[in-house]
Amino acid sequence: MKERSAFRNIAVGLVVIWLTLFALIPNLMVAVVSLLQRDERHFIAPTLSLESYARLLDPLYLNVFTDSLGLALLATLLCLLIAYPFAFILAQAPRRWRPLLLILVVIPFWTNSLIRAYAIKALITTGGVINSTLLHLGLIELPLELLYTQGAVVLGLVYVLLPFMVLPLYATIEKLDWRLIEAAADLGAGRSQRFLRVVLPLTAPGIVAGSLLVFLPALCLFYVSDLLGGARALLYGNFIKNQFLDARDWPFGAAASMLLTLAMLLLLALYRASARAVRQEAL
Amino acid sequence: MNPWLRGGYLTAIYGFLYLPVAVLIAQSFNASKYGLTWGGFSFKWYAKLLDSAMLMEAAANSLLVAATSATFATIIGTLAALALFRYRFRGRSLVQGLVFVVMMQADIVMGIALLVLFVAIQLPLGFTTLLIAHTTVALPFVVVTVHARLAGFDPHLVEAARDLGCDEWQGFRRVVLPLAWPAVAAGWLLAFTLSLDDVIIAFFVTGPSFEVLPLKIYSMVRLGVKPEVNALSTVIVLFSLVLVLLAQWLLRRKE
Repeated sequence: MKERSAFRNIAVGLVVIWLTLFALIPNLMVAVVSLLQRDERHFIAPTLSLESYARLLDPLYLNVFTDSLGLALLATLLCLLIAYPFAFILAQAPRRWRPLLLILVVIPFWTNSLIRAYAIKALITTGGVINSTLLHLGLIELPLELLYTQGAVVLGLVYVLLPFMVLPLYATIEKLDWRLIEAAADLGAGRSQRFLRVVLPLTAPGIVAGSLLVFLPALCLFYVSDLLGGARALLYGNFIKNQFLDARDWPFGAAASMLLTLAMLLLLALYRASARAVRQEAL
Repeated sequence: MNPWLRGGYLTAIYGFLYLPVAVLIAQSFNASKYGLTWGGFSFKWYAKLLDSAMLMEAAANSLLVAATSATFATIIGTLAALALFRYRFRGRSLVQGLVFVVMMQADIVMGIALLVLFVAIQLPLGFTTLLIAHTTVALPFVVVTVHARLAGFDPHLVEAARDLGCDEWQGFRRVVLPLAWPAVAAGWLLAFTLSLDDVIIAFFVTGPSFEVLPLKIYSMVRLGVKPEVNALSTVIVLFSLVLVLLAQWLLRRKE
């Protein structure tokens, strides 16, 4: 039995050590840094303080957060509204077409998102294809100012993150037990009732998982805002990045990123709760 | 729903997903510097890419760190997936939890956390730090990919091999790996792609001594649209297309 436990110890030990050293400890260090004070020369001074968290509540910074929250919620909602019917149609498509249709969603999922954001920039820039086509057709006389607007940032976020919403939705819709919907129809439920009371609750884990995958990056993808929003639309990610690299205020930046960790853990708990609820209903 | 409506909706969304990148690819062959007019078909922007020693070096660095971190993540991740599949050990749910949380954690938070660690232990930012960072974030994807494949197998297969006299390592090499290799290879490809695509983490954990392609592109495109970036983007998009198709093909193979 000895070699068995040796192999087992290596297999388990490697991942435990790696994730402890390079995921758990660094994240705990951020938590500690967020509770310290800023120091010009050494980044941080070893004095405990809640000052960074108090500063996050300053209206100046709070506005950055709420503005970014608004953009992220809007992007998540748009992704959900576009992806839900899309995933439904995919799940009901003829079986032999489904792998191809699915791969066409997986490809953008794995394609460099900086390049995808750049593709949107090239499309809507003053001399880009959209403006030149509209000018050529005589529909407009001056190029439209599409780039460097909040709308451009939202468009970029939706474009980059849409596949992240489609895939988890598809996974839950595909597993949907259609007999339950037929049963609801037999019991006299109308179209909207069947959707609201059967389909929606059963696909809730997919909705939560997709929203989790879209919402957090929508707060953080600073390059989308840099490319498409100019200085106008600032994401929370830009703000954190500036604290670390320009302002060099590590405790403040750490406190700001702790909010993201907290949001992630909350959403994860929500996902587990919704998945458990569906499992119990199914029993 | 009306089938025409369904088809129309699918087409519209696929168009939305693919048209901007398709236009970018078309523009990369446009001889005219400005997207306004078509100046004829040309490879000149690609030639300009090959001339840029700076971009070529960044590309080589990116490929190096992607290949190394994917290999590390695949070795650790495959063993972890096997351990989760085969053993009941103390801290099992902790490992599962960590894998899940690291996968979900925002890239910017992982980047910052690792930056804080590297500064604290005074490890200079460069190849090593980026390698550690990319291995860490790719690891959960390998674990999940390989574990999903293993979950479809009868765990008694390894027990049978052991009854026939295999030791644990032989059981892994002769039973588990031959069964799971498509997922292991797909996991490697996905880890490789993740590393190649990452902007945010690299932004924090690499320094001027080791520049990678996504960061170079980031600094080039912040200010405007450049034709040589169109060409570079085309190369990268086609390269990752091949990787993804290969990974998908591996994952869908029937035994």
